[in-house]
Amino acid sequence: MPVKVKLPQIMRKHAGGESVVSADGATLRDLLADLEAKYPGVTKNVISEDGGLHRFINIYVNDEDVRYLGSLETPVKDGDTISLLPAVAGGS
Amino acid sequence: MSLGFTEAQVQRYARHIILPGIGGEGQRKLLDSKVLCIGAGGLGSPAAMYMAAAGVGTLGILDFDKVDESNLQRQIIHSTADIGRPKVESATDRLRAINPTIDVVPYDTILTSDNAFEILEPWDVVVDGTDNFPVRYLVNDATQMLGKPLVYGSIYQFDGQATVFMPGQDAPCYRCLFPQPPPPGTVPSCAEGGVFGVLPGIVGSIQATEAIKLITGLGEPLIGKLLIFDALAMEFTTVKIRWDADCPVCGKEPTVTELIDYDWFCGLTPGQVPPEAEHGVSTTA
Repeated sequence: MPVKVKLPQIMRKHAGGESVVSADGATLRDLLADLEAKYPGVTKNVISEDGGLHRFINIYVNDEDVRYLGSLETPVKDGDTISLLPAVAGGS
Repeated sequence: MSLGFTEAQVQRYARHIILPGIGGEGQRKLLDSKVLCIGAGGLGSPAAMYMAAAGVGTLGILDFDKVDESNLQRQIIHSTADIGRPKVESATDRLRAINPTIDVVPYDTILTSDNAFEILEPWDVVVDGTDNFPVRYLVNDATQMLGKPLVYGSIYQFDGQATVFMPGQDAPCYRCLFPQPPPPGTVPSCAEGGVFGVLPGIVGSIQATEAIKLITGLGEPLIGKLLIFDALAMEFTTVKIRWDADCPVCGKEPTVTELIDYDWFCGLTPGQVPPEAEHGVSTTA
C-alpha cells in the first residue's frame, strides 16, 4: 500500500535527489520508519530524541497538519500524499 | 463621487482604474495605504517595486545591509552601480524612479525588540522579506501584538512559502505554523546553500499580490493557508494552517505578551549571528 511522500529540497539529498518517493505503512509512524529504512537519514530532523515530532518541520497528510490529526498515529492510506515541510527563513 | 485623482494619477493608474474589482475606489485605497517592507533583498525587491508601481501611497523599506555584488543575481531593485551603497538608499532611488508620486520612507537600521513597535506602528500592512529566524519571530510577535496584518514569504534554494498572518479572528500566526525554530545551523543560508535567482522574484511578487488584495479588499487572502511553491516541479500547493488555541502569542491565554530576546529563543548565544542569515544581524543589537 504505497503512499506518496513529497520531500522538500533540504531532505532530498538523503533520497538520491528524488522529490517524490513512496513508502508503506498504516500509520504515519510506520510510514516514516519505512522511509528511514529506504533512505537512511531522511527522518533525522523529523523525529525528536524523545520520539515525538519536531516543531520546526511540519508533516501534512494531503492538506492537513498531522498535529491536528493524530500526530505519529495518524492513519495513512493508499492515495494519500504526505508532505514534509521544514521552516525556512531565507529571503535575501 | 470624486476620488480626488489628479490628471497624472488617472493616466498612471488607468489600467487599474478600468479594472473591475480595483476601479477608482481600489486605487484610492492603494494611494491612501501605508505598507512596510522589511528587507530590501530578494523578496523585498519585487514586493516593493510592484507596490510602488501599483501606487501604494506610502512605502517603507527597512534594511541595514549594503549592496554586494553577489546580491545582484536576484535582488533586482539594486543595480551594478549600487555596489557598496546602503540597500535602503539604492532601493529608495529605484522606487522613486518607478513612481515619483508616492512617499518612500527608508529605514537604514536593524529591526530589534527595542525598536520594533516604534518602527511598525505607523503601517497598515507589513511585508516580511527578512532572512533569518530571530527576525521572523520578532516580526510575527510584534505584528500580532500591534494587530497588523503580516504578509509572509520565505525561500530556500528552489522552494518557496507564502501566507498572510491576520491578527484576531482566530486566525493563525507564524508560531502556529512553526512553534519552534530549527536549531541553529540546521538550515543553511542562501550564502551556503545557494538560491535560484528568480525564486524570490516569484515569491516576492506573491507577497505584493497579497498586500494589494488586503488593502483593496479584493479576492480571498492567504489567511490560514500556506502556499508552497516548488520551482523545479513548477507546482503550487496549499496546506491548511490551523489556529493554535494554545499558541503563546495568539492563543486563548497568551504567555508571550511582550517582545522577548529572539536570539535566545532561536538558540543563539549572545552576539551570535543566525547562521541562516546572509550577514550579521542580531535582534537584540
